[in-house]
Amino acid sequence: MATIATLPEWAALAPALTFAAAAFLLLLADAVSPEEGNPVALAGISLSGALVSLGFTVWYVVEGTGQPREGDPSDAGAIELFDATLVVDGMSLFFSAIIASVVVLVVLASYDYLQDHPYQAEYYSLVLLAATGMTMVTAANSFVTAFIAIELVSLPSYALVSSLKHNRGSVEAGLKYFLIGALSSAIFAYGISLVYVTTGSLQFDAVTSVVEGGELGGIFGLGVLMILGGIAFKIAAVPFHFWAPEAYEGAPAPISAFISSASKAAGFVLAFRVFVDVFTWEFVEPTIDWVVAIQILAIVTMTVANFAALKQEKVKRMLAYSSVGHAGYVLIALAGLTAGADHAFVLGSGMAHLLVYGFMNTGAFLYVALAEYWGVGRRIEDYNGLGAQAPFASATMTVFLFSLAGLPIGGGFVSKYYLLLASIEGEVALLAIALIVNSVVSLFYYTRVLWAIWAENPAADLEIEQYPTGLYAALALAALATVLLLPAFGPVVDLANTAAEMLV
Amino acid sequence: MLIEFLLGITLASALLVFMAPDRIAGKLAALLSLLPLGTAGVMWLGFDASGNALRGGEIAFESRFEWFDLGSYALQWHVGVDGVSFPLVALTTVLTTLAIVSSWTPIDERQSQFYGLMLIVEVALLGVFVGLDFFLWFVFWEAVLIPMYFLIAIWGGPRREYAAMKFIIYTNLASLLMFVGVFLLVFGLGDSLTTLSLVDISAGIQNGQLGELAGFDPAVIEVAAFVLLFLGFAVKVPVVPFHTWLPDAHVEAPSPVSVILAGVLLKMGTYALLRFNFTMLNDVLDAGWNAEILMSIGLVSVIYGAMLALAQRDLKRIVAYSSISSMGYVIIGLTALTPHGMGGATFQMVSHGLISGLMFMGVGVFYNATHTRMVGDMSGLADRMPWTAGIFVAGAFGYMGLPLMSGFAGEVLVFIGSFNTATVDGAPIFTALAMFGIVIVAGYLLWAMQRSLFGPFELETDYEIGRAPLHDLASLAVLLGLVILLGVNPDLIYGAIQDAVQPIVQSGVAGDAASAFLGGGH
Repeated sequence: MATIATLPEWAALAPALTFAAAAFLLLLADAVSPEEGNPVALAGISLSGALVSLGFTVWYVVEGTGQPREGDPSDAGAIELFDATLVVDGMSLFFSAIIASVVVLVVLASYDYLQDHPYQAEYYSLVLLAATGMTMVTAANSFVTAFIAIELVSLPSYALVSSLKHNRGSVEAGLKYFLIGALSSAIFAYGISLVYVTTGSLQFDAVTSVVEGGELGGIFGLGVLMILGGIAFKIAAVPFHFWAPEAYEGAPAPISAFISSASKAAGFVLAFRVFVDVFTWEFVEPTIDWVVAIQILAIVTMTVANFAALKQEKVKRMLAYSSVGHAGYVLIALAGLTAGADHAFVLGSGMAHLLVYGFMNTGAFLYVALAEYWGVGRRIEDYNGLGAQAPFASATMTVFLFSLAGLPIGGGFVSKYYLLLASIEGEVALLAIALIVNSVVSLFYYTRVLWAIWAENPAADLEIEQYPTGLYAALALAALATVLLLPAFGPVVDLANTAAEMLV
Repeated sequence: MLIEFLLGITLASALLVFMAPDRIAGKLAALLSLLPLGTAGVMWLGFDASGNALRGGEIAFESRFEWFDLGSYALQWHVGVDGVSFPLVALTTVLTTLAIVSSWTPIDERQSQFYGLMLIVEVALLGVFVGLDFFLWFVFWEAVLIPMYFLIAIWGGPRREYAAMKFIIYTNLASLLMFVGVFLLVFGLGDSLTTLSLVDISAGIQNGQLGELAGFDPAVIEVAAFVLLFLGFAVKVPVVPFHTWLPDAHVEAPSPVSVILAGVLLKMGTYALLRFNFTMLNDVLDAGWNAEILMSIGLVSVIYGAMLALAQRDLKRIVAYSSISSMGYVIIGLTALTPHGMGGATFQMVSHGLISGLMFMGVGVFYNATHTRMVGDMSGLADRMPWTAGIFVAGAFGYMGLPLMSGFAGEVLVFIGSFNTATVDGAPIFTALAMFGIVIVAGYLLWAMQRSLFGPFELETDYEIGRAPLHDLASLAVLLGLVILLGVNPDLIYGAIQDAVQPIVQSGVAGDAASAFLGGGH
C-alpha cells in the first residue's frame, strides 16, 4: 500500500479534489441524461464523493500528517503546497473531517427532501462545489487562497439558498444573503489589501514574520479589524448575523443544515489560522487588541442570539438563532487566548465544540427537513404530537436539542463545559458568566420544541404515512455520532489539542 | 465490577422496557427493577468499606480506569461506595421498585415510555451516588434532569409545562455555578492535581496545596468555591430561598415521580453538600460567622418550610413543603460538624427518603381513589380505606419523629450532634429553635389527617371509593416496615455511616461531648 511519503505533494488536497471531481461527475451525468434524471444515481455519486473525501481525510490523519513526529516535536509533518499558499496540517484535516461528515448527512437527507424536485444534479453539484471551497478554506495559507476559497463557498451557497425557485421566501432569502455576502466580501478584500500595504505580503508565514518584526500602525490595525468583520460574517457573529435567520429560514432545510454547520466551521478555521498564527496577539496587541475585540464579539453574539431565539415562533428561525449563539460560544476559543492561558487547550475547546456541533446542529436541521417533508407547518405548535407519530425521529431530535443545550445526552455536554473551562482558564470572568447565563436561557427555547413534540396532543389532521429512508438514516447517523461523542470525546479532544498545539 | 453491573443492568432494563408493549411495561419494569435491587443486596452483603472515601478510606467495589484527558487532567471512570453513599444506593433501588409498582394504577398512557424513563432516572441517580470522579459524577448529576423533565412534562398535571421548565432551568443554572466552583478548586490546586478524582481533589485541599488563583488568596478561593458549590446544591436540596421549584414540580408530577423526586432526588443535593462542602471545604466553617450563617440557613429552612406547609390546603403540597423543613435538619446536622451531627444528617437523608416516599405514595393512593388532593374536599377516608389511612397515619407519625420510627432516630441524632458543637456559637439556641419545627410539623400533619381521614365519610365524587389495590398497600407496607426497622435498629446503617463520617470530623474542627457520652458510634 502506498504511503503518504511516496505520493506527490498535491495528493494532500485529495479531500478537496474528490469533492470537485464528484461535482463535475454529477454535471457530466446530468449532461448525458438530462431528461430522465436519476435521483438515486445523483445522490449516490454525491454520497460516495463525500465518503471518499472523508476517507482521504481520515487516512491522512492516521498516517500522521500534521501530527508531531516522534523524536522531533518541531516537525509537525504538515504538507505545504504551491509555495506554501496551501497547507495540509492537523487543523485543516480536523475541519475537513467535520465538513465531509456534514456533507454526508446533508446528501443523505437531500435524497428524500428533493423528491420530485427539478435541477437535482445542479443542487448536488453546488453542494459539492461549496464543500470543495470549504475544504480549501481549511488549508488556505495565504490571503489569496483564503479569499478565493471563501468565494467558492459563497457563490454556490447563494444559489442553494434560493434553489426553491417557486418559493418567494427562498428567493428573497437568497437575494439578501447574496447582497450582504457581497458587501462582506468587499470588506474582507479591502482588509486584505490594507494588510498587504503594510506588510508587503499575502502569504501567511511572510505576513507573520513582518508582524513579528515590529509595530505596524493604524492602517494595519484597520485591515485586521476589517478581516475580522469579513470572517464574522461567515460565522454569523453579531452584528454580522442578520442574514442568517433569513437565509436559514428561506433555504431548503438540508441547505440550512449545510450552511449553518459546515460553512460556519470553514469560517472558524480561517479565523483560527489568521488570528492565532498570523496576527499573533503578543505582536499585534500594541496596534489592535483583537482578543478584547473578540471577547466583546463573543459575549454580544451569544447574548443577542439566545435572547432573540427565545422569541421565535418558527422552529427553523429558532435554530438559526441557536446556531448564531453557538458561534458566540466557539468564539471563546479565540477570546480566551489571554496571556496566561494554555493556548492549545483554549483553541482545542472551540475546535472540539465545532465537531460535535457539526453533528448535533445538522441533525436538528434535518429533523426540520423531515417535518417539511411531511408537510407539517413551520411553527413550534405545528410540531405538536410528532413524538407519538414518529418516535424514533423525535428521539433523535431530543438528543440533538438537549446536546445543543449542553445536557449529558451527547457530546455537546462535554464540549460546552470544555468551553466553560476555557473561559475560566483564560480568566475572563465575564465570558464565563455570559456562557452560563446564555446556556440557561437556551434551555427555554430548546425545551419548548421538545415539549411540543412529546407532551402536546397532535393536531387532529396530523397523519404521517411515509418514513423516508434517507432522512431517517441521516438522523440516525447524526444521533449516533452525537451520543457516541460523549463517551468517546477523548480522541477528538486529543486530535483538536494536537492540531491547536501545532498552530499556537 | 459489581457497580458497573448495577448500572449496566439497570440501563439494559430501561432499554428493554422502552421497547416492550404498553400492556406489560409496568409489570416488566417492576420485575426488572428487582435486578438492581438484588444487586444492591449483594453489595450489602459484600460491603467492606471503612472510613470515608474522600479521606483515604477503603472504598468498596472500587474500580478506576482512564477515560480521557481534559487539558492536563485525566478524567477517569472511578466508581465506588463508602458508608455515606451506599445507604443512598440501597435507598434508590428500593424506592424505584416501589415507585414503579405504585405507578400501575395511575399511569395509563404511554406506559413503556414512562417506565423506561423511571429506570433511566434510577441509572442516573445510582451514578451520582457511586461516581467518584468529578466529571463522571457530573455527567450523572446532569443526566438526572433529562428523564425527570419528561416525566413531569408528559405525565404531569395541568401546569406541567411550567413546572417542568422551572425544574430544569433552576437546577441547570445551579449545576453551572457548581461546576465553576469545583474548577476554582481544581485550578487553585494547579499542577499538584493530575486527575479530577474527588479523592485527589479532596486530598489536595487537605494537604494545603491550594494555591493562588488570579491573584486571590487560597482562603478566598476556598470561600468562593464553598459559596458557589453551596448555591449549586442548595437548589437541589432545596434550601429556602431556592425552594420555589419544588412545590410546583411536586404538585404537577404524578405521585410515583414525586416519590423519586422527594425520596432520592433531593438527597443528591444533601449528599453533594456532604461530599464537597462539608468534606473537602469544612475549614471554611472555622472562619468568621460562616458556620452560624449556615446554621441560620438550615434553621430558616426548617421553620419557614414548616410554616409554608402549615398554610397549604393541598395534601401533596403539605408533604412537599415539609420536605423542605426536613432537609433543613440535614443542613443543621452537617454544619454541626460533629460525629452525630453529620451521621444523623446522613441517616436523616435515608430516613426522609423512606418516609417522604411513603407519604407521597399514600397521597397518590388517595388521589387515585378520590381524584382530589384538597384537604377540604375529603372527610372520613379512613372509613373506606382503612389500611391505606392506617399506614399513612403511621408514616406521618414517623415524620413527626415518633420514637421507634426512623425519623426519630435521624432527628435526635442531628439534635445531639448540633446541641453542643464547638463550631457554632450559640449552638444550643439554634438546636432548640430547630426542635420547634417538629411542633409545627405535628400541628399541620395532625390537622390534615384529622380533616381528611377521620370524622364521618363525606366526599362529593362520582368515583366509587373502595379499598386500595393490593399492590399499592404492599408498597406502602414495605416502606413502613423499613421505617420501623430503621427506627428500632438504626445501627443497621448507622454503624457504616459513623465509620464514614468520623474521618471528616476528626480532621475537622470539633468533636462533641455527646459523642464521648454515647461512645461515638462504632
